[in-house]
Amino acid sequence: MAGSGTAHLRDSDDIVLRVEGLVVEFPLERGQKVHAVSGISFDIAKGETLGLVGESGCGKSTTGRAIMQAPRPTGGKILFDDKDLSGLSADELRRSRTKLQMIYQDPISSLNPRRRVKDIVAEGLSIWEGKGSDDPRVAELLAAVGLDPDRAGTRRPHELSGGQCQRVSIARSLIMRPEVLICDEPVSALDVSVQAQILNLLEDLKEEYNLTMVFIAHDLAVVKNISDRVAVMYLGKICEVAPSDTLYAHPAHPYTAALLASIPEPDPEATHTDAGLKGELPSPVNPPSGCRFRTRCPRAAERCELEEPQMREVAGGQYVACHFPLVGDQASEGGRHAAGATAVSA
Amino acid sequence: MSTARPLDGRVDEPLLEVDDLRTYFDTPRGVVKAVDGVSLRVDRGKTLGIVGESGSGKTVLSRSIMNLLPKNNTIREGSVRFEGRELTTMKNKEMRTIWGAELAMILQDPMTSLNPVTKIGEQITESLGIHLGEKGKTARAHAVELLKSVGIPAAERRLGEYPHQLSGGMRQRVTIAIALACGPKLLVADEPTTALDVTVQRQILDLLESQQHQRNMGLIIITHDLGVVAGRADEIAVMYAGRIVERAPTKELFARNRHPYTEGLLRSIPRLHQPSHTRLQAIPGRPPELIDPPAGCRFAPRCNYAQDKCLTETPLLAPHAAGHEAACHFPVGTTAGQEALERNLAAGRTAAGTPLDSTLIATAGAA
Repeated sequence: MAGSGTAHLRDSDDIVLRVEGLVVEFPLERGQKVHAVSGISFDIAKGETLGLVGESGCGKSTTGRAIMQAPRPTGGKILFDDKDLSGLSADELRRSRTKLQMIYQDPISSLNPRRRVKDIVAEGLSIWEGKGSDDPRVAELLAAVGLDPDRAGTRRPHELSGGQCQRVSIARSLIMRPEVLICDEPVSALDVSVQAQILNLLEDLKEEYNLTMVFIAHDLAVVKNISDRVAVMYLGKICEVAPSDTLYAHPAHPYTAALLASIPEPDPEATHTDAGLKGELPSPVNPPSGCRFRTRCPRAAERCELEEPQMREVAGGQYVACHFPLVGDQASEGGRHAAGATAVSA
Repeated sequence: MSTARPLDGRVDEPLLEVDDLRTYFDTPRGVVKAVDGVSLRVDRGKTLGIVGESGSGKTVLSRSIMNLLPKNNTIREGSVRFEGRELTTMKNKEMRTIWGAELAMILQDPMTSLNPVTKIGEQITESLGIHLGEKGKTARAHAVELLKSVGIPAAERRLGEYPHQLSGGMRQRVTIAIALACGPKLLVADEPTTALDVTVQRQILDLLESQQHQRNMGLIIITHDLGVVAGRADEIAVMYAGRIVERAPTKELFARNRHPYTEGLLRSIPRLHQPSHTRLQAIPGRPPELIDPPAGCRFAPRCNYAQDKCLTETPLLAPHAAGHEAACHFPVGTTAGQEALERNLAAGRTAAGTPLDSTLIATAGAA
């Protein structure tokens, strides 16, 4: 899964956000570093929802924060409104951020516990327009996210449930009418019955406010439900990008297939035929050479160690970074090489 | 109860039998009725899944069964019989011969359930020394064997390591090894995989299943995720607001659920086989406060089927099929339930005043 390359980037006028060769590294002692995100690229068209999915440590949240420039990435470009965010000054970046908002996993700790709900929601207005919490947009947004402006507006976060706090976070993120909303695990901390409420709310608001969304989550079923396209990440790389329904019906990357097979379906008739993924995530300090997934991949051959696979299209709109993807003739060929451990040179 | 009972108990006797267990907490804000009249049984070699959302009382239930709750502010009624022995009246001194030896538990977060300043080897051999009298090399060899059995590579080396040196999945394997060390008859797993990634979750659930079969051990899996227990439990109990609202053999529960809460839970989960952007049927509102729960059925304020009766009369668990019980006046899939739903759809709201989105329910009925 060491997916590099930009074959999956689209050349179109309605691309709102384009990430090119994003690299995020965190320094450690003795000159070592954590390779959190290693050269990933993706783009999002207007009104589209892109799902970023992967297990912990794959770099999906780091990617979300790098888009927001918090902290600024080590390398690569984030093109938003034809500007490279990583080249902007602090002041320009502040202005751009009104159009680029983020909501987080833990709805309670992401809200200031000492402020009232309506003041939390009105903060953007007070900064940029000098307006207070009596601005009609505050009540309008609170109503839009399903909270009673009169009753909930004067509460503080600890008086609300987790689901209600997430509604406040969403209202806060939308007050400046952003173009792009980055949701980092927005429903992971919520109960399933509440999770469905928030997912439905995000779908409704996306229509109403013309939003483009990046939806980051580890739950593949949730990501499938809300996304138009899904990018699967593993150890700082993108393995596969495809339209949501295609990815789930015909996963081309062995990691995508393994992830899908691991999901516990709420259906006692569902059978787990193949064995799940073996082993553990390698350290991002010292990632494997070539394809980063090769150490756990059932199809790995020598070529995977020597050469990093590049993104390429395997079906309409489906791009995969794998030497032996699970499609057509390639699939059987890959399987044979894997079985015989034949050396395949480039 | 006879004092001269055989060590392994009678064969027909359930391993664990909980009868009308109530566990209340006396707090400054009032009495929290966390577990309010729960009965269940677990047989040897069988798996019971207890499913509920946060605040449903599932974790308090497990602690109450294990006798692990503080005594000073806890009010406990009912009985918990483990191989015929009543646990609720046992003192901690007696419980110590049962905890770990016969009745073991694994918790959600393996980092906080392991001691961070003690080597893994010591943590495993501790209970071997206490319950089995194993010491030194014998205990160490047993510990290595246990670590191998839970799939930890380089087991000898791991004995000398600390919990922070292991990944989350490996830590959970260690807690399982500790729980299994003395060959317990019943293992209570409280959200054993919630803190883990989905591929690791699969590994841990497979491990629990194989260990259970090898040891003919009873297993209780407590989870919020119906997916975790769907393919693994023999029987599932669904909890809501401190009570079991439905209990059935697993396949029966998924195929013919009778309680509107079970139906709502299953419908609110996004499914992989649905196309993307499928509208989810969320359960409106949120679970009730357990300090002053609503009169009548506790699910009524969120229920599509709610009638006037539900607001005043508490439904009791009633049988629907072999081993299948649900606590509902107007069960899903019955004439009474269908009529109740139609009345509410016609009125546009339930008896509790919750508005109904008729388009959603109509499509659901068709699907």
